[in-house]
Amino acid sequence: MRNEIQPGHRIVVVGAGMVAHRFVESLLARSSDARITVIGEEGRAPYDRVGLTSFFAGATEADLALDDAALSDPRVRFVAGDPVASIDRTARTVRTASRDVVPYDTLVLATGSFAARPAVDGAELPGCFVYRTIDDLVALREFVAARRADLGRPLAGRVVGGGLLGLEAAGALDGLGVESTVIHSGTHLMSAQLDRSGGEVLGRLIADKGIRVRTESRTTRLDPDRSGNVAGLEFADGSYEPADVVVFTVGVRPRDVLAREAQLACDPRGGVVIDEACATSDPAILAVGEVASFGGRCVGLVAPGYAMAEVAVDRLVGGDATFDGFDDSTKLKLSGVDVATFGDAFAQTPGALDVVYTDPVGGVYKKLVLSDDASTLLGGILVGDASAYGALRPLVGRALGADPAAYVLPAGGAEMPDTQLPDDAIVCSCSSVTAGRIRRAVHEEGCADAGAVKACTKAGATCGSCVVAVGKIVSTELTSLGRTVSTAMCEHFDFSRRQLWDAVAVSGLTTFSAILERFGRGRGCDVCKPTVASILASFVSRHVLDGENATLQDTNDHVMANMQKDGSYSVVPRMPGGEVTPEGLIVIGEVAREFGLYTKLTGGQRIDMFGARLEQLPLIWGRLVDAGFESGQAYGKSLRTVKSCVGSTWCRYGVQDAVGMAVRLELRYRGLRSPHKLKLGVSGCARECAEARGKDVGVIATENGWNMYVGGNGGFTPRHAELLAEGLDDDGLIRAIDRFFMYYIRTADRLQRTAPWFADLDGGIAGLREVIFDDALGICDDLDRAMARHVEDYEDEWAATLKDPDKLRRFHSFVNAPDTPDPSLAYVSERGQARPASRAERDAGSVLIAGTTLEVRR
Amino acid sequence: MTATSTARWVRVCRLADLDVERGRAALLGGVQVALFRLADGTVRAVSNYDPYGDAHVLSRGIVGSKLLVDGSEAPTIASPLHKQAWDLRTGAVVEAQGKDDRPIPAYPVAVDDGEVMIRWKDD
Ligand code: SRM
Ligand SMILES: Cc1cc2nc3c(=O)[nH]c(=O)nc-3n(C[C@H](O)[C@H](O)[C@H](O)COP(=O)(O)OP(=O)(O)OC[C@H]3O[C@@H](n4cnc5c(N)ncnc54)[C@H](O)[C@@H]3O)c2cc1C
Ligand code: SF4
Ligand code: FES
Repeated sequence: MRNEIQPGHRIVVVGAGMVAHRFVESLLARSSDARITVIGEEGRAPYDRVGLTSFFAGATEADLALDDAALSDPRVRFVAGDPVASIDRTARTVRTASRDVVPYDTLVLATGSFAARPAVDGAELPGCFVYRTIDDLVALREFVAARRADLGRPLAGRVVGGGLLGLEAAGALDGLGVESTVIHSGTHLMSAQLDRSGGEVLGRLIADKGIRVRTESRTTRLDPDRSGNVAGLEFADGSYEPADVVVFTVGVRPRDVLAREAQLACDPRGGVVIDEACATSDPAILAVGEVASFGGRCVGLVAPGYAMAEVAVDRLVGGDATFDGFDDSTKLKLSGVDVATFGDAFAQTPGALDVVYTDPVGGVYKKLVLSDDASTLLGGILVGDASAYGALRPLVGRALGADPAAYVLPAGGAEMPDTQLPDDAIVCSCSSVTAGRIRRAVHEEGCADAGAVKACTKAGATCGSCVVAVGKIVSTELTSLGRTVSTAMCEHFDFSRRQLWDAVAVSGLTTFSAILERFGRGRGCDVCKPTVASILASFVSRHVLDGENATLQDTNDHVMANMQKDGSYSVVPRMPGGEVTPEGLIVIGEVAREFGLYTKLTGGQRIDMFGARLEQLPLIWGRLVDAGFESGQAYGKSLRTVKSCVGSTWCRYGVQDAVGMAVRLELRYRGLRSPHKLKLGVSGCARECAEARGKDVGVIATENGWNMYVGGNGGFTPRHAELLAEGLDDDGLIRAIDRFFMYYIRTADRLQRTAPWFADLDGGIAGLREVIFDDALGICDDLDRAMARHVEDYEDEWAATLKDPDKLRRFHSFVNAPDTPDPSLAYVSERGQARPASRAERDAGSVLIAGTTLEVRR
Repeated sequence: MTATSTARWVRVCRLADLDVERGRAALLGGVQVALFRLADGTVRAVSNYDPYGDAHVLSRGIVGSKLLVDGSEAPTIASPLHKQAWDLRTGAVVEAQGKDDRPIPAYPVAVDDGEVMIRWKDD
């Protein structure tokens, strides 16, 4: 029978844990017919059990909560704190503890596991805990506080069970100020996951953290003191240890009692037996998560549970996904102790080979398990340094593609092949999306590019700073899945910027329509049009507003100003090197006063005037151009500023004329169009007051000439520029920068700044030196000529535009009312200047100044 | 007399006032409209108001096209603020940039003897 849901189909989920939550989220997303009742035993909404220990590091219940959108969906009824007591399979109903009877068409068991206590006397004494729920942790914390107050001394804690959970619990007790010992019956810690050598290295790492480890010790009895609280443990060898608080982490057992009582097939070792469709022996009943037994096993990890939830949902919406078995990969979450295992860690595959690296003193043990021909990665163990886990785990079952030794040798010994961000690293700060989440979007949600990842995780949807990083992870993941990575810029071109550059160069085409017709499709978009504009700017150096190409630009480039949140613009005149005369300052002051512009110094050492309306821009620029100012191109993907310090002209430490050089560089590269903005800095000595190493090119003066650094970045991912050359003279410096910029412009991707471009560059800094100084590619002549052409063709865009009546038409506010200001603009006064009124201020009509003060003249 | 708001054709500008694939704003009563002359010769009109950015800026966005799931190609306008995009024919959202859909009004346009007319309801 198929479980496919029809409208009105009633689904009842028993258990409101992590897997139930995922099941509901996924079903809601995939079926509008879903009518779901979720019945949970715990008196709270599903929470992140995996992150439970962070509770001791200050996380609150709210921090642990899972996204509540699913349970508050109108299609879902959520019953908390009323466990299901029985299932009536004939009537298709469940009955809860409070005797509520709920009918179902499909029942989903997601009751998880309970934490076991050893079957010894005294295991239930006050002061003995398990470690599974928020309630367990609250009780533990309260007991520790009260007991410490009673005894008036530090407490002795004993964690029974040295697996993953035991180590986490020991870390937590340690964090509570309880002296803790892990007691383990096996020969070494984490014996289910680690081989003996790995376990021994781990034991030393744990001991280094101040946690005692006692192995090969089986607890046989616990004794109370006179207050009735636990006081000590006795072991099989007759020895005894005092204990003020005990936590059992001896394993979990599936909560299959409902299923057993309803006569569903259960495994003798526990767990509701499911098939590959997650169906139990009753086709109307599914089981997912830790309670489900597949192939004779239950596994206490969340990822396989999530996989089951997705399979169950897929089946309900008519799909035929299958659950193919467990991935046992795990990583210990104990701060300062890195342990990870994945795949066939014990090398049980016939003929499997090991590659082992061990450094007992440094506390590192790494083992890779490979197929008999040493080509396919089967699994591995990483102790003490699990940094390669993220890179290796996706490779299990695949060719390693590099010398296995490279993955296990210590950092510095060999370059780690393509270093990866760990799963918990936040990639998108705006929406708190981790690398792991992005990978999941690719692996489990079928996202194949950064755009799809944005739609399903919100990564990149806010400020966009992370889009390049997201794209990189997506392509790495797709590659690891053996899928080809699309470098297509957008739906209109299958090319990357670099490929398109070559296509334009070779074809000699100079208009967007012609390029689109030849290499693309459709009518373009906000991605490819500005890109083509930027490429064309390097070939045809006609004025940027000319001809058809004018329509390719963002409004910022189109009207040569930066659009602000309310649709008004900012005006930034160039001030090369940050230098400005008193006369210049006075003109700026007058213009700002007359047009009522908000004025502020930028982070780039110049002055920005905000709140200019479209139709005011030519008037404002007319005044500025008359006073000798030029466009600062704050809008373009082009040179922004050359920041300088005052240098030897005034500063008592300066060894070269930093301002002079900054002005020279700014005048040379102004107007240079590039894949992303360009910034330079020039400092007069090694004190580096111009912060030049945070720029695309940083120049720092020394007694022997200029040191040139490249590939620096501020912004979202700051990076210091790297030293390319030392002791250059003025002309040598300029030649090197010319070539560096032109090489970058020709080979970088769309919106890729020099820092990430440089990070990906074959051959690194040494390779770059060869290109620029030794002409290894034989292109230096070309690069020099291209820059010479740029310098020759430069013309101030604003001066040119003001002379051209046709171009001035685009500054008309309305086609049928050219001088009428946008009636929606509204400003209030703040600290003596205008700023856009907020929505609330506009709604309340509390707007103090309407528009800017000057009437438009024409 | 029945008090209905009547729709009528209003002359807005000359076709020659519009550049191909670059929008212009127009003011009709107090309402801002964004006009676009497309490469295929048609003229489209939608609201100039970007409901995501809360500003009247759509006439200053980039015109393009988007392949829809049904295989047809929609002419689009992308906001210069945060790059959400709409179908110029209907005002439907074609790219929400991770936000909820916020469609915009689209107005019927006719070109008569070089004059661009919009069918406008005064109410
Ligand atoms: C105006 C200014 C802030 C200020 O009031 O000081 C500013 C304003 C903007 N910055 Fe900036 N940045 C300004 C200095 C900087 C600096 C400081 C500097 O240049 O020394 C940095 C860090 C240095 C760097 O770029 O590496 C900076 C790093 C960014 C970034 C991050 C770039 C990155 O590679 O991560 C962005 C986002 C982007 O470009 O994608 C950005 C983007 C922007 C945008 C374009 C955001 C936007 O889309 O609206 C703002 C345009 C404002 C406008 O309308 O003029 N701004 N921005 C500064 C203008 C400097 C100038 O005179 O031209
Ligand atoms: C401290 C800690 C750290 C962990 N760390 C990791 C890790 O790093 N990686 C990893 O993969 N896994 C980890 N796990 C395991 C992971 O939390 C579980 O695999 C996961 O929570 C299983 O989800 P589940 O929905 O199957 O069960 P659960 O999350 O246990 O949810 C089952 C729910 O069903 C309820 N329930 C039971 N019976 C009934 C009933 N009759 N009626 C109603 N409700 C009922 C229970 O109260 C419970 O709320 C950790 C667990 C703990 C405790
Ligand atoms: S000026 Fe720069 S840092 Fe400030 S809000 Fe704008 S983009 Fe962000
Ligand atoms: S959108 Fe990702 S960091 Fe802002």
